[in-house]
Amino acid sequence: MSSLVIRSLRKNYGAHEVLKGVDLEAQEGEFIALVGPSGCGKSTLLSMIAGLETVTSGEIRIGGRLVNSVPPKDRDIAMVFQSYALYPTMTARENITFGMESRGVPKAERDAAVKRVAALLQIEALLGRKPGQLSGGQRQRVAMGRALVRDPKLFLFDEPLSNLDAKLRVEMRTEIKKLHHRVGKTTIYVTHDQVEAMTLASRIAVMHRGELQQFAEPHVTYNRPTNMFVAGFMGSPSMNFIPAQLTRADDRVAVTFPLADGGSAVLPLATDVAAERIGRAVVLGVRPEHLSRYDAEIHARKPGIATLSAPVEVVEPTGAETIAVLRFGALEVVGRFEPDSAPRMGERIRLGVDMTRACLFDPETQRLI
Amino acid sequence: MTIAMVDGEGVSFRQRAGRWWPVVVLAPSLLASFVYVVVFTLWTLYISLSNSGLLPSYGFVGLENYASLWANRRWNIAYNNLFFFSAFYILGSMAVGLLLAILIDQRVKGEALWRTIFLYPLAVSFIVTGTVWSWLYNPADGVQMLVRSLGWESFSFALASDRNTAIYAVIITGIWQSSGFAMALFLAGLRSVDPDLVKAAQIDGASAFRTYRKVILPTIAPIFLAVAVVQIQFAIKTFDLVAALTRGGPGVSTTFPAIYVYDLMFQRGQIGEGAAAAMMMLAALAVVLVPYSFFVVWRRRRESRHG
Ligand SMILES: Nc1ncnc2c1ncn2[C@@H]1O[C@H](COP(=O)(O)OP(=O)(O)OP(=O)(O)O)[C@@H](O)[C@H]1O
Ligand SMILES: [Mg+2]
Repeated sequence: MSSLVIRSLRKNYGAHEVLKGVDLEAQEGEFIALVGPSGCGKSTLLSMIAGLETVTSGEIRIGGRLVNSVPPKDRDIAMVFQSYALYPTMTARENITFGMESRGVPKAERDAAVKRVAALLQIEALLGRKPGQLSGGQRQRVAMGRALVRDPKLFLFDEPLSNLDAKLRVEMRTEIKKLHHRVGKTTIYVTHDQVEAMTLASRIAVMHRGELQQFAEPHVTYNRPTNMFVAGFMGSPSMNFIPAQLTRADDRVAVTFPLADGGSAVLPLATDVAAERIGRAVVLGVRPEHLSRYDAEIHARKPGIATLSAPVEVVEPTGAETIAVLRFGALEVVGRFEPDSAPRMGERIRLGVDMTRACLFDPETQRLI
Repeated sequence: MTIAMVDGEGVSFRQRAGRWWPVVVLAPSLLASFVYVVVFTLWTLYISLSNSGLLPSYGFVGLENYASLWANRRWNIAYNNLFFFSAFYILGSMAVGLLLAILIDQRVKGEALWRTIFLYPLAVSFIVTGTVWSWLYNPADGVQMLVRSLGWESFSFALASDRNTAIYAVIITGIWQSSGFAMALFLAGLRSVDPDLVKAAQIDGASAFRTYRKVILPTIAPIFLAVAVVQIQFAIKTFDLVAALTRGGPGVSTTFPAIYVYDLMFQRGQIGEGAAAAMMMLAALAVVLVPYSFFVVWRRRRESRHG
């Protein structure tokens, strides 16, 4: 059963179109990540689901019920804000119970609920403190407590981790994943961090300029992005886009593009998908980790490896991996290498390109071929 | 090389000058404040203990002036009026100001216009306010005459001319004058509240009233205090408003300490007793302001401790 359904949802602020017909659907217990660059309308979409913003057109259903004009308190949702929005003059406990108090839940029941949530989030010791006396991570937990205590149909998170430092963010990410596993509620999670989206979500909705670009499982979004925007947005360092020509080489369909030394690279495709486009321009999309130092022994056993050689311009070791900038003709291409097979600066490296994982895009429509 | 040296010296001279500059700039006004506040206060204190009459003189008479002051019925009325007026004026203008601010905060149309209208009385001096309102209160050509001329012949509106109610006329006028000021401060405070708090309260199912009472107003509590303190010192200094509105009358019903001081010192030539009355006004202010400044210091300490 779908617990959230959104149909051709639009939002205008005056003449400014912020959402241009979004369709989205979440199954019971699903964790949906909403990603996209700043200003693409993620928060607006979330606020509309919460009922904090009016709907210009389209419909929102929660648990099958049309909620377009239902006030936030009757939508059976809970929300965690980016700024946490904890009531500054109340203690953590009062923050958590404020909603129940507003609804007239009896005291004994409130106390039991706080106890349960505090144990779940390990914030028992913080309940007497005001937000000003809590660290960022602790505030984050209290804000989650306020949402969890509601036991709603739908959880809404608006970039809940973006105010935390890097280490804490990774910890809280794991925590949220565990929590979702335990509580099992449908969750819509806004983030502009694609790693958060990849690690947490059961499906990722990528948005750009008020439009939904792709809505699919993380591995699909990552491996088969529907267009160049999604391909470039997901993954870091991002996918390399190499303008190329589709040709035929030794009975195979291949892409060819010029190299720095004046010659040109010819990379046969793993499958002959785009045979009808031979002779036309395409964009080859290759993720940095699909480039490697060519090793005849290893690569002989793997199908679909094409080779070419390119000069190495910059090498950036990060410890676990080494990022190298390579030159393909006029283009800079980023590769991601194992530290022990990493190229050296100035070296001319022979590369293996995993063509089974490469994507082809139409340069005009920018869509995946 | 030479240039570099000159440059280096220039910087260090500037740094040295920079350290002293604030002190130099502030010196004249610090000196003036010191003379006007501390020296004159001490001088007034001394005069209040002397046998000064029409002119200051320095015969020490102890608390004699204070005794004769407190023996005077008119002074007792004035001092009581001060507290009565202050309480109602401060609470009234804060209540009206807060109500206006909350109404304007509902994103009304023409907000700037409303703000200007309500803030406008503050731009008018107390003298003008007092004069205009004295016309309104005047039975012969004010509100009473207007309503009677509309046909309600028996209508009576004599707030300012009845000795039992005249003080309310002063209070109402004071509230009219300064609730706009309170509104401006409250509105600024309401606007500074994180809108996410309101959204969170909405999701929590709190009514608008409960959201204001439990979430928004508590977060702007410091503004209440600031408004109150500013109003208190307005209230204690009330002179021109009363002087223009009722001249302390009818009878002595709206006499205020400031008027009384003025009378003693400049009309009746009793500088010693006038100074004693002025010291009592200072005491009234100190009762409020000293605890407030302690509170402010204490709160700052506590905040800096919690970071
Ligand atoms: N109240 C408003 N009036 C007019 N325009 C608005 C309003 N709120 C948002 N917008 C516009 O809507 C667009 C989307 O805003 P939104 O806050 O949803 O972006 P976002 O995807 O959440 O971005 P971020 O990642 O920076 O939080 C922006 O261009 C913004 O300027
Ligand atoms: Mg946002």
